[in-house]
Amino acid sequence: MGAYLRPRDLDAALAALAAGNRVVVAGGTDYYPARVGRPLDDDVLDITAIDGLRAISRTQGGWRIPALATWTDIVEAGLPPLFDGLKQAAREIGGVQIQNAGTVCGNLCNASPAADGVPNLLALDAQVELASRSGRRTLPAEAFVTGNRSTQRRADELVTALLIPDAPAATRSAFLKLGARRYLVISIVMIGATLTPAADGTVARARIAVGACSAVARRLRGLEADLVGQPIGPGLAAAVKDLHIAALSPIDDVRASAAYRRDATVTLLRRTLAALAAP
Amino acid sequence: MTIAFTVNGTAHRVTADPIRRLADVLREDLGLIGTKVGCNAGDCGACTVLLDGRQVCACLVPVGQAEGRAITTVEGLAASGTINALQQAFHAHGAAQCGICTPGMLMAASDLLARKPHPSEDEALDALGGVLCRCTGYRKIVDAVLSVGAPAAAIAPAAGTAVGARLAKTDGIAKVTGAERFGADAWPDDSLVLRAVRSPHHHARFTVGDLAALQARHPGLVKVLTARDIPGQNRYGIYPTGKDQPALAEGYVRHRGEAVLALVGDAATIESIRDDEVPIAWEALPALAGIDAALAAGAPALHDDKPDNVLVRGRVARGDLDAGFARAAAVAEGEFETGFVEHAYVEPEAGYARRIGERIEIVACTQTPYMDRDELALILGLAPERVRIVPSAVGGGFGGKLDLSLQPLIATAAWLLNRPVRCVYTRPESMASTTKRHPARIHARFAAAANGKLTAVAFHGDFDTGAYASWGPTVANRVPVHAMGPYAVPAVRCTSAAIHTNGPPSGAFRGFGVPQAAIAHETLMDELAAQLGIDALEFRHINALRAGDRTATGQLLEASAGLAQCLEAMRPRWHALRAAADAHNRSAPIVRHGVGIGCMWYGIGNTSLSNPSSMRVGLRRDGSVTLYSGAVDIGQGSNTVMVQICADALGVPASALRLVTGDTDRTLDAGKTSASRQTFVSGNAARLAGADLRQQILRLGNVGADAPIHLESGRVVVGSGAAARAIDLAAMAEDPNGDVLVGAGRYDPPTTALDADGQGVPYATYGFAAQLAAVAVDTELGTVKVTRIVAAHDVGRAINPTQVEGQIHGGVAQGLGLALMEEYVPGRTENLHDYLIPTVGDVPEIETILIEDREPLGPFGAKGIGEPALIPTAPAILNAIHHATGVRLRRVPATPDRVRAAIRAAQGKAAP
Ligand SMILES: Cc1cc2nc3c(=O)[nH]c(=O)nc-3n(C[C@H](O)[C@H](O)[C@H](O)COP(=O)(O)OP(=O)(O)OC[C@H]3O[C@@H](n4cnc5c(N)ncnc54)[C@H](O)[C@@H]3O)c2cc1C
Ligand code: FES
Ligand code: FES
Repeated sequence: MGAYLRPRDLDAALAALAAGNRVVVAGGTDYYPARVGRPLDDDVLDITAIDGLRAISRTQGGWRIPALATWTDIVEAGLPPLFDGLKQAAREIGGVQIQNAGTVCGNLCNASPAADGVPNLLALDAQVELASRSGRRTLPAEAFVTGNRSTQRRADELVTALLIPDAPAATRSAFLKLGARRYLVISIVMIGATLTPAADGTVARARIAVGACSAVARRLRGLEADLVGQPIGPGLAAAVKDLHIAALSPIDDVRASAAYRRDATVTLLRRTLAALAAP
Repeated sequence: MTIAFTVNGTAHRVTADPIRRLADVLREDLGLIGTKVGCNAGDCGACTVLLDGRQVCACLVPVGQAEGRAITTVEGLAASGTINALQQAFHAHGAAQCGICTPGMLMAASDLLARKPHPSEDEALDALGGVLCRCTGYRKIVDAVLSVGAPAAAIAPAAGTAVGARLAKTDGIAKVTGAERFGADAWPDDSLVLRAVRSPHHHARFTVGDLAALQARHPGLVKVLTARDIPGQNRYGIYPTGKDQPALAEGYVRHRGEAVLALVGDAATIESIRDDEVPIAWEALPALAGIDAALAAGAPALHDDKPDNVLVRGRVARGDLDAGFARAAAVAEGEFETGFVEHAYVEPEAGYARRIGERIEIVACTQTPYMDRDELALILGLAPERVRIVPSAVGGGFGGKLDLSLQPLIATAAWLLNRPVRCVYTRPESMASTTKRHPARIHARFAAAANGKLTAVAFHGDFDTGAYASWGPTVANRVPVHAMGPYAVPAVRCTSAAIHTNGPPSGAFRGFGVPQAAIAHETLMDELAAQLGIDALEFRHINALRAGDRTATGQLLEASAGLAQCLEAMRPRWHALRAAADAHNRSAPIVRHGVGIGCMWYGIGNTSLSNPSSMRVGLRRDGSVTLYSGAVDIGQGSNTVMVQICADALGVPASALRLVTGDTDRTLDAGKTSASRQTFVSGNAARLAGADLRQQILRLGNVGADAPIHLESGRVVVGSGAAARAIDLAAMAEDPNGDVLVGAGRYDPPTTALDADGQGVPYATYGFAAQLAAVAVDTELGTVKVTRIVAAHDVGRAINPTQVEGQIHGGVAQGLGLALMEEYVPGRTENLHDYLIPTVGDVPEIETILIEDREPLGPFGAKGIGEPALIPTAPAILNAIHHATGVRLRRVPATPDRVRAAIRAAQGKAAP
């Protein structure tokens, strides 16, 4: 039997992490499935009682999604259209049970290649706020996840929030997920994207990320650059070329072949752009 | 740590390790077993409860997080003592079959309805999307949720009118209140816990090291069972000649998940021991994965008596095959492949055993109490009478609970230790160690003359029967009988082989190989129709087996062969939906529509084997009637159907009957719940028992055969008006059950053995069906959405139309899974997120058309429906994909990558 701590304040939590290795548990929706038929003998830090880590809030120049914000909170928080993609992802994570318990931060920290939240966070330019006894730091979400199940988080750190910078008004966002059944499905491929129009109706800025096609979700910078200056309209989808996804490294697994993932990614990218360009 | 929370309004303080799953604490510590556990991984939703009014999986919540919060479980829904409107709707709609998913479904729906009293269908789907159901196909659940507040009138048929009525399940209330006791839900207080340690290798030798050291480290470890501890013979299997499976392996394992040892002790100790702590030295051997490896020259023999790894072959041959092909105007040929399919019942295997003096009693989920009894007697070295099987409620079976699983282990431990011993499989354990649907590789050739009549069929199917025989012989024998499809064919040669590999044992799964064969015959039927320029439905209508025809085994179909009627009933839908799809596709859209058809026939009962059922019905002094039914209800509804049949045969209202089921000490052998046989075979036994009791009562009253019977306390009144006579029951002698009169019935369907060419009468009767599937195929992504199913089934007589529809819906959902998403990969998909079964959002509207072409041998004309429901669905979907896209998928599941690859290939592009 491991030790279990569920502190009410952050300092106590950080002290516990500083004192020794502990597995952090938030919604538990990744924690328990990894331990089916195995003893629950880790030393655990349950962070769900910590004050002030639940409510999504407006900050100077952006939004703060704290560690305990759940997928349901994302849907119900009344967030602006910039978050439409993340909200769409929230509705497609597992079933409602999972959305009610699972946290956005947990999804990122778990660092699954198939985490639906991550492409959106990359497309939103999210920053990850980490706290420890020795202070706070922030990292871009893109740098935070370093591989399959690995992140830049030190064992003594807690992710306290995701910080989403404001984007120019009129920025749109979208999320597309491809799976082999309607609910409760691990993505074969998913796309998160934001698109900012210029005054002349062309693309001023695009952020597009693909998940489940590499160990870590990836931004497609070549495509993003090629989109800038293109008119936002029915022709936008045609900007996607096979070479834009050359850097992806999908694998064959029980869900799909690698070749299929590439093929589907191109289709999904075109559909994502078509959705973002729709009037 | 002490944690305080409320459950259903009652305050609780529990002392528990706070990281324990809330589901476990509710069940084990608070005794609230209404909350079910199907996976412990968030995948099945059976454990859904409300936490501060929101649905969550109780298997993913640390009980520490419950501090100060309010939990609602299924037990809280009927808090007022009567079931609430939602539960009432589930009960009336037949939304609970086995009932294991029902508490989770009810809680998910409660969350929705509290927020949105009149939800749309899409909102209902979203709310229920996290709960899996393997039985119902979800449609009746959705109907129930959407109908809350518009209650249906309760159905209480008068005497003589129960057959054909939509009677709610006789065991239904317990399923909607959470009171039903499944395998994991009851156990004696002083039970020890057992956990098997299983092979991580597909094929290996092993030696067991120093167990004393392990026991010294864990004082709570009472016993480690090894093969040496098995008191009787360490071999079991379905067939007397096929007892090849050890309860615990003897130094050698043939499949991943095979049990090697069993740890027995207190719950905390058993939970705390990691598998890698158990001293087992493994020597992995090369594994025979798949049919080719097993048949390759020089492949090792997995069983000494099967040198070529061929377990058994099957054959049906009739007519002049060469002549049949020679006179054909069209020939279609193809190779087809299917994979392992997992039953994925939501209830993992569970139960307990206890020794009572010189007898052993096993309370566990099972589909076949009497066969379990006899097998366990051999394993324990006891006379069968010293083994008592008391089936728990069964949370889905579909064939997977016909084989023994945990029973030999808990029985041996309880016998040796003289303590009750309990075991609950984990989901990965259940998936790795229990039987699967046989993977098949089929080569078939179909030929027809210019007039559209089939002239010849040649078929060979190799079936991967895995490590042990299990039901492999049944598959090998059943397939050749059915492999030409439900058609009259003058020349046939159908052969099969069941081949041992190092896969999991392939056993019984809804259809015994016929669903795999149907994929082949229905694809080739479509191709022949196209070659001949005949409409696909009409081509089947031309060839449909009809009463008066002879089957490929030479059997004369004397009556009740309703395929033509099924097709006729379907014809208007077929034309309308085909035309609508063609119209949609005219603009060359990316998402193309298609409509396909699939037909099937299915022999009811065991193939050419005696498979009798016996039942008794007793009358007590208080005027109550008890039906002693050994037929196990695994959700399909035999507990209701037997009552309906017996009540009508006896001539009393169904509500007058009480039911005692399963228990081998209290009921007679009603055979296995398999082969779609219970309604037909056991139903006949129930009918005969009811008629026998009626005869005895009428004789005592000395009245005519048509006289009405009125049950009253202490007496029975027979006849009416002036001719009425009262029979005094109080004066009659009681038997040990408390019955004063007992009617008995026995039925064994008339069949004959098959000769070397498979000629004879393998089944007394056959079910027939045609289904139509409409699909939308996204040609760029290869995703297939089934948008509609029309299912026309000849069931002889629908004893309970609601239940027949429920079987069809559930079968369709499983057929859809077979077609599009289900493939078990040993060692890789041992959970319900890598192994996908349809969710509530994947099953479309299903229209059922019941054709009632009475079977003279059937009880009130009835045949079976359990397996027929599944068989035509996958081929109909594959044919619909072809209609939509022009591509043929000959390998299932037709996953998006396979469909897309086929489309690319047809476009002349490299497969992605
Ligand atoms: C049935 C089911 C379906 C699912 N479907 C999907 C899906 O469709 N798409 C998808 O992307 N995911 C899915 N998931 C995965 C999961 O629900 C998400 O990843 C969820 O967002 C994780 O959040 P949590 O709070 O439950 O994490 P937890 O399980 O509590 O933690 C996850 C990991 O992150 C760490 N962690 C959590 N919070 C912090 C923190 N603040 N600081 C540091 N470390 C932290 C934990 O130590 C752990 O390693 C599914 C899970 C289940 C069980
Ligand atoms: S038991 Fe909790 S989801 Fe399956
Ligand atoms: S009724 Fe849903 S799983 Fe059996």
